[in-house]
Amino acid sequence: MSFNVPDDLRYLESHEWVHTDGATARVGITDFAQDELGDVVFVELPDGGDNLTAGEAFGVVESIKAVSDVYAPISGTVTAVNESLFDRPELLNEDPFGDGWMLEVEVGDEGELDELLSAEEYRDQIV
Amino acid sequence: MTLRQSPLAGVYEDPTLTDFGGWEMPVEFDSIRIEHTAVRETVGKFDVSHMGQVTVSGPDALELTQRLTTNDVAKLSPGDAQYAGITDADGILLDDTVVYRLPDESDDDYLFIPNAGHDGEMTERWVTHRDEWGLTATVTNRTEEYAMIALQGPEAQDTLTAETALSPDSLGRFEVASGAVAGVESLVARTGYTGEDGFELLCPASEAETVWSALNCQPCGLGARDTLRLEMGFLLSGEEFNPRDEPRTPYEADIGWTVALDTEFVGRDALAARKREGVAETLVGLELLDRGVPRHGYDVNDADGEPLGHVTSGTMSPTLGVPIALAYLPTEYTDPDTPVQVVIRGEPKEARTRATPFIDR
Repeated sequence: MSFNVPDDLRYLESHEWVHTDGATARVGITDFAQDELGDVVFVELPDGGDNLTAGEAFGVVESIKAVSDVYAPISGTVTAVNESLFDRPELLNEDPFGDGWMLEVEVGDEGELDELLSAEEYRDQIV
Repeated sequence: MTLRQSPLAGVYEDPTLTDFGGWEMPVEFDSIRIEHTAVRETVGKFDVSHMGQVTVSGPDALELTQRLTTNDVAKLSPGDAQYAGITDADGILLDDTVVYRLPDESDDDYLFIPNAGHDGEMTERWVTHRDEWGLTATVTNRTEEYAMIALQGPEAQDTLTAETALSPDSLGRFEVASGAVAGVESLVARTGYTGEDGFELLCPASEAETVWSALNCQPCGLGARDTLRLEMGFLLSGEEFNPRDEPRTPYEADIGWTVALDTEFVGRDALAARKREGVAETLVGLELLDRGVPRHGYDVNDADGEPLGHVTSGTMSPTLGVPIALAYLPTEYTDPDTPVQVVIRGEPKEARTRATPFIDR
């Protein structure tokens, strides 16, 4: 089994990704994570304006067979929530790096990004 | 502890595996949803070799099995099967099982199917009581000798007919016959755990691969087996009953129809009293109206937030697209459409009681 690991993202060992564009970061779970979970049926996310702390759980993803916490790759304030996941949680399976994104965050400390895994390091972890 | 391996363990391509009752079994081949849908709409095959097989033969085979299961074994003709509970002296379910009276040509008289990991304990139970009661019967745990494959779905008969000289269409529900499947001498029973038409095949472990490979359909794992049985409200040993953590009588577990009080069996007197007095709690179906997935152990409250009971099993129903669960609640909550709450991660979620099966079968 080979998994999609886009080169332009940074990763957390617990299988979350982050994509930064200036001070805005988009966050989601990886292709490997969605495959491990199987059919995702429920997503619980914070509200806009909530604060995330790097390394702490910010939400929950439930598949038919499992419940999994989702951890914040970086700290910051939530500026957008992908509300389409509430009605179509299967987007996390179908397009985890695209339509299945979870949150956008205004990044507090860009230095935290250096703590995250590169695509190559993450690829090594999931082999 | 080393996990027990199915005789089919080497056959699967890349399944996700899980520990179930001391066995390492496939939980998912493609996706639970794909596998579930195949069984509801066409046909799927499951490796259920983790289920036990214990044969009982000899002059007192009937009496021994009659006195250790809740249903009336004397009603079985050769080639018949029945669902039953196995209870202790207090009427508490130790296991649920299907008892087969084997076809005349079989070497053994009766076969029963304990749940995963219970085969040793149930064989011991039969042997101990046989000796205590001075009965003459041979009790043999054949779990390692057999593979068990479930073929389930509206097209199961077509799939099986292509591979056997038997006439599967002549086999009625809860009937069993012996015959070759893909050239392998097998027992073929019209039984299952999905609510669909289908068969359960028992064949020698050494030839399991031949039978499995010949059945041309979607392989399904224990994940889909669980969602399929839950939509039917069928019990799962360890979840809906368990003598340690969830001691329940057949009446509480809503399988009172398997209790033949006019027969003599361990637990009969206790169950007769329970039936007379009525039970305080009963297994009921729930549908969650809010978003979320009810799961084993979650608390259930009444509409005002007062504790009532707990969820024994729950899932997102792939067929209905709504979250469903089973829970033990005070017996007055068996009426459908009674509002209740399921507490998920500390948050009360709106739910209502529902009749089972959840789907129309």
